[in-house]
This record gives sequence, C-alpha cells and structure tokens, in this order.
Amino acid sequence: MPSLKDLKNRIASVKATQKITKAMKMVAAAKLRRAQEAAEAARPYSQRMSAVLANIAQAVGQDDSAPRLMTGTGKDDVHLLVVCTAERGLCGGFNSQIARLARDHTRKLLANGKTVKIICVGKKGFDILRREYASLIIDRVDLREVKKIGFANADEVGRKVIALFDKGEFDVCTLFYSEFKSVIAQIPTAQQLIPASAEGPVEQSDAIYDYEPDAAAILGDLIPRNISVQIFRALLENVAGEMGAKMSAMDNATRNAGEMINKLTLNYNRQRQAQITKELIEIISGAEAL
Amino acid sequence: MVMADSFQFELVSPERLLLSGSVTSVVIPASEGEMTVMANHAPTMTTINPGIVTVTFVDGKTDRYVVFGGFADILPSGCTLLAESAVHVDEISRDDIVKRIDVARGELEAALNDEHRAGIERYIAQLGTVQGTILPA
Repeated sequence: MPSLKDLKNRIASVKATQKITKAMKMVAAAKLRRAQEAAEAARPYSQRMSAVLANIAQAVGQDDSAPRLMTGTGKDDVHLLVVCTAERGLCGGFNSQIARLARDHTRKLLANGKTVKIICVGKKGFDILRREYASLIIDRVDLREVKKIGFANADEVGRKVIALFDKGEFDVCTLFYSEFKSVIAQIPTAQQLIPASAEGPVEQSDAIYDYEPDAAAILGDLIPRNISVQIFRALLENVAGEMGAKMSAMDNATRNAGEMINKLTLNYNRQRQAQITKELIEIISGAEAL
Repeated sequence: MVMADSFQFELVSPERLLLSGSVTSVVIPASEGEMTVMANHAPTMTTINPGIVTVTFVDGKTDRYVVFGGFADILPSGCTLLAESAVHVDEISRDDIVKRIDVARGELEAALNDEHRAGIERYIAQLGTVQGTILPA
C-alpha cells in the first residue's frame, strides 16, 4: 500500500506529464494549421501540372520519343521504394502505419523474386525498416533540421531518384506516404512514380498547341519536375498527417492523465480519511480506557 | 485610350499561388526569347528561362516577378505560368541569386555529360543576367 506521501508525489508527476502533453497538443494543433495551409497552397501547382502533363503526354503519345521516365524501362525487376515518414515520434501509429505498408509491399516483392531498394525520407521510417531490411536501404534523407519543408527539399529527393534511374539502378519507383484525410484519419498510401501511372480522367482539350522548343523537349523537362512535385506533395501531406496524428495522440494522453489523476486523488482522499478515522479511534478508545 | 482585352493570368510556384488576376499583357522570358502574351493568344506551351515576368494589370499598373525556370501554358482564354520558384521583384535579394549561382556551379562539377554541363552553364549565365538587370551593382 503506497503511503500518502507516495500518492502525493505520484499525483504531482502525472499532473506534470499532463501539462506537457497538453502543451504538445496545442503546439501540434498550431503546426497542423500551418501544415494544412501549406498543403492547400501547393495544390494549384500540382493540379495545373497534372493537367498540362496529361495534355502534352497526349500530344507526344506513347511513341519512342516519349521519355523513359514516363514509359519505364519495360521491365519490373528492380523496385525502388521511397518511404516518407516523420522525423519525430509521439504521434500514435502514424509512422508505423506507413512503415507497415512499405514492409508488406517489400515482402510481396521479395516473394516474387524481385530486387528491392529503399530510400528512407525521415528518421522514423528508417528506424523501423532498418530492423528487417537494413541491407536494402540504399539511402536516407534527413529532414530533421528542416523547419518548414520547401520545394527544394523535395527536389533534392527527386533528383536522387532520377539520378538512380538514369544509372539504371531500378525499373519501378513507388512512393510511400500518408494521405491526410482528416485530423483523425491518415491513410498510408503507395503511389507509383516511375513509370508515371496514368491517373484520373484526362480532360480532352481541343486546342492545338504550339510547343517551344518542341513537345518532346518540354515533356522531358516536365516529367522530372513532376516527380519532385509529387514528392513535395507527399511530404506536405505527411507533415499535416503527422501533426494531426500527434494532436490526437496527445489529446488521448492528456485525457488519460486526467483520468489517472482523478483515480489517484480519490485514492489519496480515501487513505487520508482512513488515517483520520484511525487516529480518532485511537483517541476515543484511549479516552474510554481511562 | 483603347482598353486592351484582358485575360486571366496565374503565376504559381510549387509552394503557393503567387498571383491570379485579370491582366492585359504579360511578358514571359520564354526559352526561345522573350514573348509578350496578350488576350486571344494562340495556344502555346513553352519552357521558360530564369528571368523577369512583367505583368500589366487591367488598370494599367505593372508588377514584376523574378522566376527561376518553369513553363507556361498559354490558351486564348488565359495563361498559367508554373514557375519552379518565383519571387516578387521587391523581395528578392542579391544574396539569394548569388546563392543560386553557387549551387549551380556546384552542380557543374558533378555534371554527367557535356549536354548537362552546357545546360547548367546556360542557366548560370541567365542568372547572371537577371542579377544585372534587377540589382545593378
């Protein structure tokens, strides 16, 4: 049976923890708002980009002049997985969900006799995947020092991927990240980057474009950029998702701490009461004995 | 004065939508030379070089932005400029451009082939021009 003093200390410590989790929740909420704004601000670019890309891809068609980044190498022996996770923990199952999806994917590919290479963006995914697939991880990108993710960060990852592709290091590239649905729902997603998967209904435009310099050259310029844009979008979604997950995780923790404090306080009061009763009995029985 | 027709112009960078509005003309540093886009332009798609975009609004005011590469999608009804990076001319600093030039120089050493190298050299030269135009020493 813990003494009164022990209980008191315990309550104080839980209260301190609660204060911290409450503060973290508020910080996450503020960051979430900013992350959402950033994701929203980035949306027009990626939308326009896909529209233009669809347009121009249609013009160039699937002939030989189409860049290999779009058509792929024609094989699918070597897979590159770009796994984007958060840099920090304390956000519920956020990181492990993404890592689990990547792990399942890896397992399936390996079972089919494919070769898998992994690039980890973010520390947490690296920590998780390293346990099982340390030998497959060829690179990792650390964004720990980055306060606000800019396009340059995504571009750096994109360039790495393209450089590897140009060297013939892989055939298919898949991006793993968490799609931000809402504060409580983040959906781990796998998206194929190379070869570019045709997505969504292509809106047919009747306009006959003039291309400067020429369609193939523009396409060659566009596709690498599109890869960076996709990665950028994934990173932004991830930040928003991380903050959402952190917010709900910290909210749970705060509530949990509150419950614990209530229970401990009840316990404390009961014991205090018991002690008082005990003392009273001692005095009364002492007086009676006289 | 005869009012020129206006059209919708949008300047977007990956990070945000910088400008969206009705304009009468836009000067774009296209890869084949500067071009002025006005309303009812033939559909054109072009890559753009680092340079300055000059926008003339319906009310006659002009505004300038520095863009660092990208491409433009021009339709009779409007023009969308997707810049890799864009900054308002008042907000750009000399250091920023110098930094970009340094980064490009670093890439020059890592260039894989002559074609790539030539591309980067061209890029550096264009940045130099931008620097000279907006920030006279």
